[in-house]
Amino acid sequence: MSTDLETASNPENLERIVIEPVTRVEGHGKVTLLQDKNKHIRQARLHIVEFRGFEKFIQGRPYWELPVLVQRLCGICPVSHHLVAAKATDMLVGARQLTPTAEKIRRLMHFGQTLQSHALHFFHLCSPDLLFGFDDEVRHRNIVGVIEDHPEIAKQGVLLRKYGQEVIRLTAGKRIHGTGAIPGGVNKSLSHEEVDYLMKDIDQIIAWSIDAVALIKRIFSEHYDYHMAFATIDSNMLSLVGSDGAFDIYHGDLRARDKNGNTIFDHADYTKYNEYIKEGVKNWSYMKFPFIDAIGAENGWYRVGPLARINNCDFIGTPLAEKERIEFMAAGNGKPVQSALAYHWARLIELLHCAESIKDLLQDADISGSELINKGEMQNTGIGVIEAPRGTLFHHYEIDKDGIVTRANLIVSTTNNNQAMNESIRQVASQYLDGNQLTEPLLNQIVVAIRAYDPCLSCATHAMGKMPLEICLVDEDDKLVDRLEKRATGSITRTI
Amino acid sequence: MPAHILEQNREQGTMNPVTMKDKKTFKLDGKAIEFEDGDTIMDAALRAGEYIPHLCHNPEFTPHGSCRVCIVNVDCKQVSACTQPAIENSEVDNSSDEIMANRRALLQMLFVEGNHICPGCEKSGACQLQAVAYYCNMLSSHFTHFFPQRSVDASHPDTAIDFNRCILCELCVRASRDVDHKNIFAIDGRGINSHLVINSSSGKLGDSAFTASDKAAHVCPVGAILPKHKGYEKPIGERLYDKQPVSIVGDVAAYEQDEDC
Ligand code: SF4
Ligand code: FES
Repeated sequence: MSTDLETASNPENLERIVIEPVTRVEGHGKVTLLQDKNKHIRQARLHIVEFRGFEKFIQGRPYWELPVLVQRLCGICPVSHHLVAAKATDMLVGARQLTPTAEKIRRLMHFGQTLQSHALHFFHLCSPDLLFGFDDEVRHRNIVGVIEDHPEIAKQGVLLRKYGQEVIRLTAGKRIHGTGAIPGGVNKSLSHEEVDYLMKDIDQIIAWSIDAVALIKRIFSEHYDYHMAFATIDSNMLSLVGSDGAFDIYHGDLRARDKNGNTIFDHADYTKYNEYIKEGVKNWSYMKFPFIDAIGAENGWYRVGPLARINNCDFIGTPLAEKERIEFMAAGNGKPVQSALAYHWARLIELLHCAESIKDLLQDADISGSELINKGEMQNTGIGVIEAPRGTLFHHYEIDKDGIVTRANLIVSTTNNNQAMNESIRQVASQYLDGNQLTEPLLNQIVVAIRAYDPCLSCATHAMGKMPLEICLVDEDDKLVDRLEKRATGSITRTI
Repeated sequence: MPAHILEQNREQGTMNPVTMKDKKTFKLDGKAIEFEDGDTIMDAALRAGEYIPHLCHNPEFTPHGSCRVCIVNVDCKQVSACTQPAIENSEVDNSSDEIMANRRALLQMLFVEGNHICPGCEKSGACQLQAVAYYCNMLSSHFTHFFPQRSVDASHPDTAIDFNRCILCELCVRASRDVDHKNIFAIDGRGINSHLVINSSSGKLGDSAFTASDKAAHVCPVGAILPKHKGYEKPIGERLYDKQPVSIVGDVAAYEQDEDC
């Protein structure tokens, strides 16, 4: 686990290159590279805006508002925040067990959300890199290029996403920022008409999901060794798993495995997460660096998200996705698959699992049940953990006797992957950029590595492909030496 | 006023030529409205099933005239319909562009003076302020938000007060004084410093004589006085103002006692 490039010994003599903002990810991020006179990369860091403000903002609010309030953290995966906060408030209201209808409606909402999020990420944000190559001309390497060259693929991406959003709309009331999950349950179940409406297209959705997995496998196999090696880092992996070891993105226990697949801890009660996970700080970043306490800050960092989940689980409960999981795991030769680009592969296996699971739930009568809420004795601490599309997401609240939030701690998926993303860009920097004059295609490789993690860099969303990119070369006195600018139109200018 | 009564009134309000002779009338947007001595424009309009936007008015209580959302133009003078006695043969403008623009500005000021964060509010969809703003076609807050520092009082076991959302309509004040006979609420301060206060040794609701069955617990037009431990229980699409506008549905207070909106 290399951290060689985290801090250069004599940064004052190095050129500073900034990739800001990092494009085709959710929100704002910035990469800084320090390069010496011989073009050797000496330092590489990813800087991300942290969510601390939100934790402050919800202090003083009543706990029953949390599921609706905190989803405003994010315009891309609000449902994850909505559901995980609802899980935390379940604990606050003493609902140890949800009614079958409530539990299944929430799961359905979560599958819908994960389906749409994965479809958006793969088809809209990443397929241009994967279909055209990382060094394809910038003007073409975007969703418009995909629409022109592969209209069928682009269309499937749009319709998969739309279907997921319809699942969310019918379970949460709105496509974004709904209100479906409330403390102790949900506020609605699905009517028979709503079930029929969703059933109408589900077989097509499953078929497209199968095609998506086939597509990523084809892309992978075309340059298999390269894809397996690109941005690859050996890391620990953390995820929820079901009590039987099954893949589970809504509920379960925490499992951590090391880079060889050996268990670090298993079936850990997530309400005791802070006995297992600690949050480190570094002086150069506002974002925390969580690590597994048993291993320590230096080597205890881990990865979360699709790669960790598929590597960690013992099986997937739906047949088509399980078949794909077995094939995926074979690529690791008995060890976890560590390639950063394998995130895409794992993500699309999850997409397929979501599609299959939605069909199963739609055929379950409980989904139209009328028992929606369950409550018990109030508690002062509420902790919820869920597998958001981007990885394990922790919400922890403390309330006073009046029901007002006194303290909140959120560890979002992207924070969990913070160190891992840094490690991946360092791997890319030393392997592909080192010794070279930096050009847009080379710098894009850094961004490709970040994108594999599907980071949600802030709660903002941005119009696809319109985001400008600015790369600055700055000398040791912070004097601008060179500047490349990509405009919203795609045109590139050198402004010095 | 609940929808069925508005509807009933609207039917009965259709003028009968025989009785019309003896009754006094005024014109509301050109339509003859009967009234009796002592009626305000609002009283007569509501009885006739005509909607005049309002927030601080509730027919169960003495008019207060504070929100000004009910302004109408009477013979070229702008007055609040809830306090202005009806005048025989007067022409009342309830819907001109000018009147609607003034109402919008008043609503915008109400929005920016408090912290009305509809996306996170459990009253959203059943809030009269939001519903009236929709009715008046208010699309944005327009003015700079004040973002005042206000608190939540959750000291009472059953009811919470979120002062961020109070529009100082004094309905709770009137209900507590005139119906509950407890005098739990009052408005203190002047002008922009006006604020709701609670009559208890600590100033907290939990130390007052308030109970969740008080009339004052069921008159707030916004999400300032709310039952605790619940929220968002009505799905989007089924909330009070989701299907029809406030002009048809009527005041939120009229539904408060039957069920939580
Ligand atoms: S709490 Fe509600 S009813 Fe009382 S003055 Fe404020 S807005 Fe009016
Ligand atoms: S309703 Fe007339 S002034 Fe408020």
